[in-house]
Amino acid sequence: MAIVKTERHEDLPPPVSQTGVIGWMRENLFSSPLNALLTVVSIYVVWWALSGIISYAFINANFVGETREDCTGTGACWVFIKARFGQNMYGFYPVEERWRVDVGYVLAAIGLFLVLTDYVKNKKWPAIYMFVFVPIVCYFLFYGGSFGLPVVETSQWGGLFLTLVLASVSIFVSLPLGIVLALGRRSSMPIVRMLCVGFIEFVRGVPLITVLFMASVMLPLFLPEGVNFDKLIRALVGMSLFSAAYMAEVVRGGLQAIPKGQMEAAKSLGLGYWQAMGLIILPQALKISIPSIVNTFIGLFKDTTLVLIIGLLDLLSIVKAGTTDKEWVGMATEGYVFVAAVFWVFCFGMSRYSIWLENKLHTGHKR
Amino acid sequence: MTAEAADLEVAKINKFRDPRIRAIFYQIVVIVLFIAFVWYVGHNTAINLEKRGIASGFNFLSQPAGFGIGIVLLMDYSSQTSTHLDVLLIGIINTLAVSISGILLATIIGFIVGVLRLSKNWVVNKIAAVYIEVIRNIPLLVQLMFWYFAVLSVLPLVGDSMSIGNNFFVNNRGVNFPAMIPSTGFWVLPVALLVAIVASLFIRNWAHKRQDLTGQIFPVFWVSLALIILLPVIASLAMGNPFTMSYPEFGRFSIKGGWSMEPEFLALLLGLSIYTGAFIAEIVRSGINAVSHGQTEAAHSLGLRPSMTTRLVILPQALRVIVPPLTSQYLNLTKNSSLATAIGYADITALFAGTSLNQTGQAIECILITMLFYLSISLLISMFMNWYNKRIALVER
Repeated sequence: MAIVKTERHEDLPPPVSQTGVIGWMRENLFSSPLNALLTVVSIYVVWWALSGIISYAFINANFVGETREDCTGTGACWVFIKARFGQNMYGFYPVEERWRVDVGYVLAAIGLFLVLTDYVKNKKWPAIYMFVFVPIVCYFLFYGGSFGLPVVETSQWGGLFLTLVLASVSIFVSLPLGIVLALGRRSSMPIVRMLCVGFIEFVRGVPLITVLFMASVMLPLFLPEGVNFDKLIRALVGMSLFSAAYMAEVVRGGLQAIPKGQMEAAKSLGLGYWQAMGLIILPQALKISIPSIVNTFIGLFKDTTLVLIIGLLDLLSIVKAGTTDKEWVGMATEGYVFVAAVFWVFCFGMSRYSIWLENKLHTGHKR
Repeated sequence: MTAEAADLEVAKINKFRDPRIRAIFYQIVVIVLFIAFVWYVGHNTAINLEKRGIASGFNFLSQPAGFGIGIVLLMDYSSQTSTHLDVLLIGIINTLAVSISGILLATIIGFIVGVLRLSKNWVVNKIAAVYIEVIRNIPLLVQLMFWYFAVLSVLPLVGDSMSIGNNFFVNNRGVNFPAMIPSTGFWVLPVALLVAIVASLFIRNWAHKRQDLTGQIFPVFWVSLALIILLPVIASLAMGNPFTMSYPEFGRFSIKGGWSMEPEFLALLLGLSIYTGAFIAEIVRSGINAVSHGQTEAAHSLGLRPSMTTRLVILPQALRVIVPPLTSQYLNLTKNSSLATAIGYADITALFAGTSLNQTGQAIECILITMLFYLSISLLISMFMNWYNKRIALVER
């Protein structure tokens, strides 16, 4: 009788080789000889690359000093970035007026925080603040000419400041324009549709540079005598029209995903076209296309660097100009690594935000 | 009485309430506005051109260009006699050269990284992820400048080139490598290659038919590979090697002989393919992920080996998801090759919409021709890809 156990034996722990660090390593790193070889080789590559980068960028790098002569180490010369930091951020914006740009940044940052995060539920006032108040105030702040602020010509704008101005104005203009184009493309009126399709496909078929060339070389020819835009406005026109075409395709994707029944239901309730669009269709369509819209913004933000080619001094081109300075010969690597890092932070932040938003808006409609 | 009242009601309703009439009205307004806009722009342009003394038209294409071009492929060019039309052609050839090689390289990088990103090996997986996240979030222009000004310009001078096996030199003027110079009877080699390719296509068809009938599998891949390599070699030996090798050698100031690749071309090629490769990797990953795991399990339970599962079950289904976004990446790469302007590679935008435009002042013509070129490339690639997409699309009942 006593051979049979009466109580349940307690569960044994799983074998060590299957769980914990060792199990994980066996499963993920050394599951087969080939895999083990791959792991060893790639760890070696990572170690080689990381040690190279760290010794270049930190251990052997130079952080203190004022001039090129202070760079005695074998690594990066971050003194170059430090010495030109103000110019890289603000361009030739007068030093004593730079507080105006900073105030603009703070206003916009508050607005972004209110609009983009979850802390304020009712978005009406934040939206009005962000999309009406901030742009107007920023215009007067940055350009000046009234309220006792001296005028700062746009030719003095530059650096990261100009990049952000270019990106935000193009985003601000291209989204509504893109929505109109998308609606036009799905319109039942053949002529409106043809014009919209023609515009969208033409712009999407050519590179941004040619659009910028067109804006900077051909726009002055198109306008009557005496009307002259400055370079920045011309670049803004080109960039906004270009990104509007891409935005239109993204919004169209969202519109196509809304079932026909929604429009029919709206019409049977007696809503007109604009009421149905504004109250029923667009809120749903824009919501599902937000991640793609953010992706288009990222593309647009990266594309602002192209204004270098038409001679505006954005972050990239001001750093490039710095690397050709006689007193700072051989600083190309430091300069471009710095620019790349700045852009990377912005773009990576935006793409993380888009992923977060996608998860938040995932309200179970998706299969 | 009631019928009359109803008639009256109908008559009273404004014609403008009829959506069809309203649509016609709106469209007329749009057309009028559009024509007015076009006329206004055209009118201003005509006045402006007259003021500046620029004659519009395409006569400038036959005028001599009078400037030197760094990179000329497949054509003869002299700064004295060659015309702006030659400049345009060289620009087109250079754009196509960098785009096609970029597309090939980007596809290879993209597929490799995309597959590595799906690897179960944690380290490999994370390396691929870091590559994708870093490259995708840095503007292409910054990357191009980095390659050109920070990497390729700091390579050693020609005098102290890095050399590999004494035939392959790397310096700040580019890369030099041995070249094959054809001599009489060289035509046999390409012909042999063509014959081999056609023959392997036939073998493939025949093997398919035989497998359908008898179930026997024929090693198509290895036989084709052997054909494609061996046939040209045999042909070359039979003709007594109808080519001479030209090896790069140090001259007094530069390296002579062999083939060379300019740093502009290299930087553009590297930048474009590494950048686009990151996007293609994401496309490949999502395409493979889109094939449900049940397909693999079903294939395994039918007794297919892993390699055959991938080739016959996973890839054909994944390609359906991959091809449409891949097309737009190819288009993007072609359009992005216009960034060549920034690093001085002589593509169509830099040459024709840049130098030629500045020399002749024919802004409208130059930019329109450049845009037309890109538009037709876009159209061609999307037509080809639509055809391919239709070929591999799911055939339902």
